[in-house]
Amino acid sequence: MIDVTAPPGTPPAKARNRVLKQNRRHVPVLATLALLIIMYAVGVANYRGFSDTQVVLNIFVDNAFLLVVAAGMTFVILTGGIDLSVGAVVALTTTVAATLLHAGWPAAVVLPLVLLIGTVLGLGMGAVIHFFQVEPFIATLAGMFLARGIALLINRNSIPITDGFWTAMAEERIRFGPGVFISTSVVIALIVVLIGAYVLAYTRFGRTVYAIGGSADSALLMGLPVGRTRIAVYTLSGFCSALGGVLYSFYMSSGYSLNAQGMELDAIAAVVIGGVLLTGGSGYLFGTVLGVLVLGLIQTIITFQGTLSSWWTRIVVGVLLFAFIVLQRAVTRRTR
Amino acid sequence: MGSRPPVLEMTGIRKVFPGVTALDDVDFRLLPGEVHALMGENGAGKSTLIKVLTGVYGTDGGEIRLGGAAVLFGSPLQAQQAGISTVYQEVNLCTNLSVAENIFIGREPRTLGRIRWAEMRRRAVELLARLDLTLDVSAPLSTYSLAIQQMVAIARAIDIDAKVLILDEPTSSLDASEVAQLFAVMRRLKDAGVAILFVSHFLDQVYEVADRMTVLRNGRLIGEYRTADLPQMQLVARMIGKDLEALEELESQPRSSARELERGPLIAKAVGLGRTGGIAPFDMEIHAGEVVGLAGLLGSGRTEMARLFFGADRADTGHLEIDGKPLVLRSPRTAMAHGIGFSSENRRTEGVVAELSVRENIILALQAARGWTRPIARRRQDELVDKYVKALNIRPADPDMPVRNLSGGNQQKVLLARWLITEPRLLIIDEPTRGIDVGAKAEIQRIVAELADGGTAVLFVSAELDEVLRLSHKIEVLRDRRLVEELDNTDDVDADRVMRTIAGGVAQ
Repeated sequence: MIDVTAPPGTPPAKARNRVLKQNRRHVPVLATLALLIIMYAVGVANYRGFSDTQVVLNIFVDNAFLLVVAAGMTFVILTGGIDLSVGAVVALTTTVAATLLHAGWPAAVVLPLVLLIGTVLGLGMGAVIHFFQVEPFIATLAGMFLARGIALLINRNSIPITDGFWTAMAEERIRFGPGVFISTSVVIALIVVLIGAYVLAYTRFGRTVYAIGGSADSALLMGLPVGRTRIAVYTLSGFCSALGGVLYSFYMSSGYSLNAQGMELDAIAAVVIGGVLLTGGSGYLFGTVLGVLVLGLIQTIITFQGTLSSWWTRIVVGVLLFAFIVLQRAVTRRTR
Repeated sequence: MGSRPPVLEMTGIRKVFPGVTALDDVDFRLLPGEVHALMGENGAGKSTLIKVLTGVYGTDGGEIRLGGAAVLFGSPLQAQQAGISTVYQEVNLCTNLSVAENIFIGREPRTLGRIRWAEMRRRAVELLARLDLTLDVSAPLSTYSLAIQQMVAIARAIDIDAKVLILDEPTSSLDASEVAQLFAVMRRLKDAGVAILFVSHFLDQVYEVADRMTVLRNGRLIGEYRTADLPQMQLVARMIGKDLEALEELESQPRSSARELERGPLIAKAVGLGRTGGIAPFDMEIHAGEVVGLAGLLGSGRTEMARLFFGADRADTGHLEIDGKPLVLRSPRTAMAHGIGFSSENRRTEGVVAELSVRENIILALQAARGWTRPIARRRQDELVDKYVKALNIRPADPDMPVRNLSGGNQQKVLLARWLITEPRLLIIDEPTRGIDVGAKAEIQRIVAELADGGTAVLFVSAELDEVLRLSHKIEVLRDRRLVEELDNTDDVDADRVMRTIAGGVAQ
């Protein structure tokens, strides 16, 4: 037998080297995890009350919508693509939902409708990318202008939401003890993440997503449905953006066409900090969750600090993003 | 062997492209349990025949019978499903996925849409065992060598219950031990009854592994032979057809020898030149009119050494002296300004610009050397291009033909012409003869010899030792990214002697 795992006569160092090489793909996720723990420790050491369980839970409560949007973005980036339209689709969703609810439409109609709008927008962008071979960057940039434009056309002002279902969802708390709770949005976001992680790891669709990110040409020659999968990924991202928009409107109890400006960048940052390679093919949804938590923790620390401008969040995110992209380069260069 | 019915039978195949008859009444038979080599020069119709067989192209006539039944494939996928699998020269797998996934993706064992990972891994191990391979199937494919990746591609191909396995130039990027490993796998599959269609430019390999061969020339069938009945020289004669001159010239070409050489002035001198991870520091001198050959295994640092002389990579130790003056090569531009040319081994990615015409490709380097602000007059361009198209025998001799329509050998000649036109004093040629046919090979070797006679210094890199021995005045032997020996090419230096150095037997 030609035993490549441990060739006879060669030192085991070679095999060990390969194991190291293999684990290298986990380096970005582990780095994020370490960063998260260090940041949390710094927070606990410096600020009173930081160690409360609710501080951590609030990060989930305040970022549930981002988690959903970033989950969709993870699929897109894993194929090596990008979706710039997500923030605009969130804004469009909140605006359409608020407008229709204000006009007296029942929540049971509005909810499926706004989810459908986001999904169809995603489908459209995916179709343009696949059939006309347009760069995802360009196609979703167009989608971003389109969605934001429609939202502004509908209403330039913030529209309060007073619908019973919406307020119930916004106010419902799942309590684990006195003063320890999460919102329904967190539950929804976690369900989305779990389903997403399952799909990525255990379904043919999920594995095809990774294959396309590795090499779309090879995937095609291996007989995989590259076109269909690519369209599906943008459709999924559209759906996640719309669902994120719904959660956002729960959170804000209003709809506003200028909501979620720059959320696409937050989502991309969360995915990248979470260890998903921007070139596609490598990374985990779990990493994205960590990425969202890092972003949330930065905000929390700055809030606790109290004296810093909230724009510092952006600066720190920028620095982190830069550091992680460099880390990605270093890791991929060595594996190749 | 003749008693068994063929598993595949192609009769009277015709394929016409606008202006060219690529295949004209070609017959081809493949028996179960044989390795069958498809031989021919570039442009003889090998690729076209394979593409017709696998459903990439339709036919303009003729019949394909698989297992006795007439078939016609509309796509490679259909051919695959019928039991004809192809493994291409470049490994077409996803290196970010695990070995097991690369074998099974698209056909994973599933229950209710859920991939059964454990079963998939188990089956991958079993399948690889059929090829005599033990791999960690959950490791990403990128952690394995190219040879192993190639075998994983074969594993993927044969899992589709392949009756016919087509291997198109599978060995071109493998080193000797990897080739041996691949051949072991091919023999095993053959014994298991798979019919293997093998295409390779390496005649020795064909003779090592093939049972029978079919020779094509200019889209026509020349004949079908048992390997044992056809001596190598006769095979080449049949492949080239027209005249044996080129071949004899190749065989009898007087060897460049150290003794005959009157050394010209020193052109380039490397002093402790090296680059971490590329090549250990080395000293070397190249004189005008001298051919310096670099010999060594794949990955021994040949290309890395050549690139340092051109400034394509930056040296981090030592320095280069041109005409006795130290020169820091910051970029290829500096090198070109000092009369150094570099013809890359990757003629597709770093060499010719496929979309541009022959003329534009040839003019490119000269124009770059002059600067873009001083365009070369069209008449001067035509003059120059005509001269080199003739001198190098570039076919078809149409300067306005896009380079992508040329065969590999002719693309290589275009690349050479591009550098020759700049009249370099030192020309670095990296693997000019890889993947091109015998006739073109002889011509390129002739060009190199003439260049040196004309006073140009040549740094010649080739994986083929015979070629290095025939052309070089001086041979630099590399091993493990280190220059281990410098040999003057005298009569007592032969392939054996160099091989021993490469293998580490002498000069330690």
